[in-house]
Amino acid sequence: MTILALDWFLLIEKLILIAVIIFASLGVALYTTFAERKVAAILQDRPGPNRAGPFGLLQPLADGLKLITKEEIIPTHANKWLFILGPGLAMTAALMTCAVVPWGGTIDVMGHKVDLQIADINIGILYVFAVVSMGVYGVMIGGWASNNKFSLMAALRGASQAISYELAMGLSLIALLMITGSLSLRTIVEQQVGHVWNIVYQPVGFLIFFICALAECNRTPFDLPEAENELNFGYHQEYSSMKLGFYLFSEYINMFISSTIMATMFFGGYDLPFVTSHLTNPGTAAIVGIVVLMTKVVMFIFLFMWIRWTIPRFRYDQLMDLGWKKMIPLALANMLVTGFFILLKQNNWHF
Amino acid sequence: MQALTNRAKQVERAPMTFIEQLYLWNIVKGMAITFMHMFKKQPTIRYPEQKREFSPVFRGLHVLNRDEEGKERCTACGLCAVACPAEAITMEAAERLEGEENLYREEKYAAKYEINMLRCIFCGLCEEACPKDAIYLSETFTPADFNRKNFIYKKTDLLIPNPTTDAQGFAAAKGLN
Ligand code: SF4
Ligand code: SF4
Repeated sequence: MTILALDWFLLIEKLILIAVIIFASLGVALYTTFAERKVAAILQDRPGPNRAGPFGLLQPLADGLKLITKEEIIPTHANKWLFILGPGLAMTAALMTCAVVPWGGTIDVMGHKVDLQIADINIGILYVFAVVSMGVYGVMIGGWASNNKFSLMAALRGASQAISYELAMGLSLIALLMITGSLSLRTIVEQQVGHVWNIVYQPVGFLIFFICALAECNRTPFDLPEAENELNFGYHQEYSSMKLGFYLFSEYINMFISSTIMATMFFGGYDLPFVTSHLTNPGTAAIVGIVVLMTKVVMFIFLFMWIRWTIPRFRYDQLMDLGWKKMIPLALANMLVTGFFILLKQNNWHF
Repeated sequence: MQALTNRAKQVERAPMTFIEQLYLWNIVKGMAITFMHMFKKQPTIRYPEQKREFSPVFRGLHVLNRDEEGKERCTACGLCAVACPAEAITMEAAERLEGEENLYREEKYAAKYEINMLRCIFCGLCEEACPKDAIYLSETFTPADFNRKNFIYKKTDLLIPNPTTDAQGFAAAKGLN
């Protein structure tokens, strides 16, 4: 199978995997919008969208169709190229993170071992951080290019928020990485299979990570860039049609990806306690793995929504206060305590 | 200061406790409240399938009445138009001719009778004003159309079915069955 020194099977396998994962992410994002509306409705004692199809299940398609058929407006004073680049960047950055997530174990296809992961790079987590922080450029560029005061304000807020919370997020992860000793997401998952999950070692770390993930995804209570009542509609105020759709979609994909990362880092990824390590058939293990991972992700997404429909938005100064004066010191302390215990363990629990 | 009612409540200005300052515990409490709402009964009425019960005096779209022999009751006296605060009713009177006794109850009748449903505020004053029991407000509501012109209801839209030709429709319009 090696022509021109290229492993064609690998190429095709990865292409198929990329296509599947991108379309799956889009589908998930589509139905997350629906889930959001349903969850919001149920938490507020109403039925939610229930007209399009059985239980309103076709609602996201109707929404998508509506967005596509809307008129595309580029404001006269907007910077045209940046205006188009903004949503594209937001969407690309959101989708690129899927590349390093291990969706399941290894399966056998025609005698080849296929990892259910696009790229098992050894700096997986750093890659996720790099790409996620690129996502904020989508917000910034979109807000800047719109040439609208409200959008610009929102973009500024979004950028400063993302920067502040990325710090605490990174610090909380360092503590975790000190335990795992690896940056590869697959290794991190495999360490948890059959053992206790990382959440047991790092409850505070998880809390910080989760709060920062809310902030990174611009979800309530950290949805300042889209604060409807203060900034009209935030950074995508001037956007219409599918460009707006891209922004909205990228938010939901980001949510999906953060849930996946959290499940992977802290909750054992595709591991089902007491079961996964006993499955000998790789095919079954892979399927069970995907189902388990998806269940965890869905639970996280529900948590995101549940929080959104419970808590009001932070004021801007409270947001900065929480980020710089609470989260970062807490993450630092968490790191120190973790380091202390690791040293203690290496010393066989002697001082 | 003397409180005017016994419902006055002292505002508590105690400094926040440590737990409250952490804010997390309060979030958890709030989330418990929203979670419990998942199991609450929804007050929603799923409209096109389910309908809200109307009160007996509900005022919907108008109908023009006929008597038991199918004769139109309206005599084009114009009292309803005068009573109407929204000036939604217009009519033209005509004299009943020989041989039209089975069509119109009185010697004068409304040749043209129009209600502009976009002007109407459904106050029911026309119903009150009518000396001949000719106009009634029914329980039909929410008409929808693409065209403003179609909201000006003509006599053909307003008259209830004739009991001599469509006994069932007449009974239904009268609410007899
Ligand atoms: S219901 Fe009131 S507003 Fe409507 S036509 Fe009768 S009198 Fe006029
Ligand atoms: S509906 Fe009644 S009030 Fe109006 S013109 Fe006819 S008879 Fe007179």
